[in-house]
Amino acid sequence: MNKSIFWRFLFIGIAVAAAVIFFLPNTPFFKSMPDWWQKNMPNKGIVLGLDLKGGLHLVFEVEADKAVESTVERYAFTIKEMLQKKKLQAEVKKNGLNIEITPTSQELMKALKEGYNNLDMSESGQTATLRLNDKERSFIKDNAANQALETIRNRIDQFGVAEPTIHRQGQNEIVVQLPGVKDPRRAIDLIGKTALLEFKIVNDDSPIAAQLPSSITLGDEEKILSQFADKVPADSQILFEKKVNKETGAVTKFPILVRKDAMLTGTLLTEAKVTLDSQFSTPYVSISFNPEGAKRFEEVTGANVKKRLAIVLDNTVYSAPVIQEKIGGGNAQITGSYGMEEAKDLSIVLKAGALPAPLKMLQNVTVGPSLGSDSIEAGKMAGLAGTIAVAIFMIFYYRLSGVIADFALILNIILLFGAMASMNATLSLPGIAGIILVIGMAVDSNVLMFERMRDELRAGKTPRSAVDSGYKKAFWTIFDSHITTLITAAVLFQFGTGPIKGFAVTLGLGVTINLYTALIGTKSVFDLINSRRDVKKLSI
Amino acid sequence: MLELVKNTKIDFMGKKYIAFVLSGIISIIGLFAIYQIAHGRANLGIDFAGGTSVQLKFEKPAKVHDVRKALEEGGIKDFDLQELTGENKILVRAKNIEIQLGKVSEQITSVISQKLPDNKFVVDSTTEIGPKVGGKLRADAGWAIVVSTIAILIYIAVRFKLNFAVGATVATFHDVTAVLAIFFLLGKEINLILVTALLTIAGYSLTDTVVVFDRIRENLRTRLKDPVDAVMNLSINEVLSRTIVTSFTVLLTSIALFFFGGEVLHDFSLAMIIGLLIGTYSSIFVASPIVLLWGGNKAFAKK
Repeated sequence: MNKSIFWRFLFIGIAVAAAVIFFLPNTPFFKSMPDWWQKNMPNKGIVLGLDLKGGLHLVFEVEADKAVESTVERYAFTIKEMLQKKKLQAEVKKNGLNIEITPTSQELMKALKEGYNNLDMSESGQTATLRLNDKERSFIKDNAANQALETIRNRIDQFGVAEPTIHRQGQNEIVVQLPGVKDPRRAIDLIGKTALLEFKIVNDDSPIAAQLPSSITLGDEEKILSQFADKVPADSQILFEKKVNKETGAVTKFPILVRKDAMLTGTLLTEAKVTLDSQFSTPYVSISFNPEGAKRFEEVTGANVKKRLAIVLDNTVYSAPVIQEKIGGGNAQITGSYGMEEAKDLSIVLKAGALPAPLKMLQNVTVGPSLGSDSIEAGKMAGLAGTIAVAIFMIFYYRLSGVIADFALILNIILLFGAMASMNATLSLPGIAGIILVIGMAVDSNVLMFERMRDELRAGKTPRSAVDSGYKKAFWTIFDSHITTLITAAVLFQFGTGPIKGFAVTLGLGVTINLYTALIGTKSVFDLINSRRDVKKLSI
Repeated sequence: MLELVKNTKIDFMGKKYIAFVLSGIISIIGLFAIYQIAHGRANLGIDFAGGTSVQLKFEKPAKVHDVRKALEEGGIKDFDLQELTGENKILVRAKNIEIQLGKVSEQITSVISQKLPDNKFVVDSTTEIGPKVGGKLRADAGWAIVVSTIAILIYIAVRFKLNFAVGATVATFHDVTAVLAIFFLLGKEINLILVTALLTIAGYSLTDTVVVFDRIRENLRTRLKDPVDAVMNLSINEVLSRTIVTSFTVLLTSIALFFFGGEVLHDFSLAMIIGLLIGTYSSIFVASPIVLLWGGNKAFAKK
């Protein structure tokens, strides 16, 4: 054997061996490999995309403007408290993103400047106006997205999902990928819930409270709200409590008039866990406050004995028990009509904390596990059928040379899988289509070469020189035609979303490897045949 | 030596006007389709239009009629149903994008489980796309097509001459619009995966075009005295068998994908099959005649 041919075969052999080693983790044989192999050799292989493995792909938008708004609300609230403490008589009003305080006084302005120098301040006539500057606003927005990301991560950690992917995308979008989740709806609810827990005093003193209907049909909430819009006192709002009849499962809602200002929020929680009521064996969530929360809870309950305290989560009242006495110790219970699963999720969101701003779902692609495995089976079947059809055609049309082309085809497939495995590339359903198309394209280079060789043979050349000049002349045609496909693969990779990117990867890799197998693999086989003896006739 | 076509002497260039009329008509339909798509009047997939799709796999064969009735009674609006052959699967697509994402899919499954209690089902897949994402995906798809067309034009212009590049680009654009036209006329869904197929066709149909161009260039260098259209005819005839064989092998795998690849890849492989046929046709009947018309006979004489 000629030296250069030997080296080329050795090179091909090494490439195949490497491909096999990289792809091994995707085969059942990997489990029977010795421990040191599983630990130290490539052990990840090709990763299945969500469309094949099953799972959720969610994109949420953090409504960061709401975070800005609630920050303004919080400022207004603390300013009010400060004024009360300093015994300054002034009205604090939130107007859009401005906080307006009337009337002003020197003492008031001094207090504001001391406590709130991070806010832009202006004074005109009797009104002082405070507002967030642009830098502060964009900081709050950015912070909201980061905090939302952290919160979602916490919730999912506690929910228990293997290998979740959670990351920010652009300014205020969050992408969540959860492979293999069995109950997608529950997961979506868990992530999307703002989980803002508030304790609000029920305003039973107002005459309006008595006028509210005792229960309403579902879907009538808007109607009630607009009906009472003018009558509700300025410091109060109507919220609804949901009740589920245990026997019939029928859901009813009834309106409750509560004071707007939250006495206490979930930010002061340290613990939330599901507890089972020993008497009725219904689950409830017991919560514990940190020392500051415990103190406030004691103050609030002490000041409002015999009144009702509404426990509000995301503007829905869970329950509104009457405060019998001052409650110390910082423990409370959230009861309501919910089942075990809901109680568990409630405790998760309370523990992980509230989202700084509501989330809006932009995209949800959920694939069940059975569809994914069906797709893989279908892909295998189509790949096999395609390969066999192409292989048979090549032998039928090009005889022995067709066999050589088939050798290159198999080499191409092995190296493609090996390359994907070495990069831990993600295989998606369109990616499978890409592989199968590449199988059809793989023999193209050989076809172009073989046809060139035929031209040369017709022109009366010997087999050996026909092979050499056929290769030489076909080279640039093959190169050019591959580059154009590579260009579209690159564009698809750049502009495509997840599964389409997978297609671009398989197509691009396949075409590149094809150049290698055709120009080095097939040529080596021909050279080997020609080097053995003086070939009189080429089977082509 | 087994040959599909042997020593053909077909006058391809002489038939260029027939080809132009044919290709002109289909391209106009394709452009009309693009116009309609841009104005949201085509059967856009929910990845472009926004909306909800839920694929249900029933235990027993489910009648489309029953499911339709159940959904209508359940108050679901603006939906259509598609039966997926074989495995008792029904695809529900709803295009009401104003409603909060997540609500519609929930409604669909709860309505069907209430109204058709005897036939249990599992949700195979759920896709919900908000209007914002749909708009972004549409824009990205448009950019992908524009960028790849320009990139290909530049590459061919560098490797060949500008008139070849124009011929190749027109042929490629023709292939893409023709497939789109056929899909539009068939009422098939225009979605992301179709755009992927279109771009693949664009890249691949150039293979044939490049093969033909290479031979034309080569023959033009040696046959300086022959008229250009005769050289083109000769070249196309010479490479005819490889143009057909290269497309044929990819056609084989596309057909395999069409029959065995599963429902999601069905339309993708159909687009590939149509695209391959049209691409082969255009590299013979469209690309070269345009080079001839654009460059004129003199363009080659000096090389």
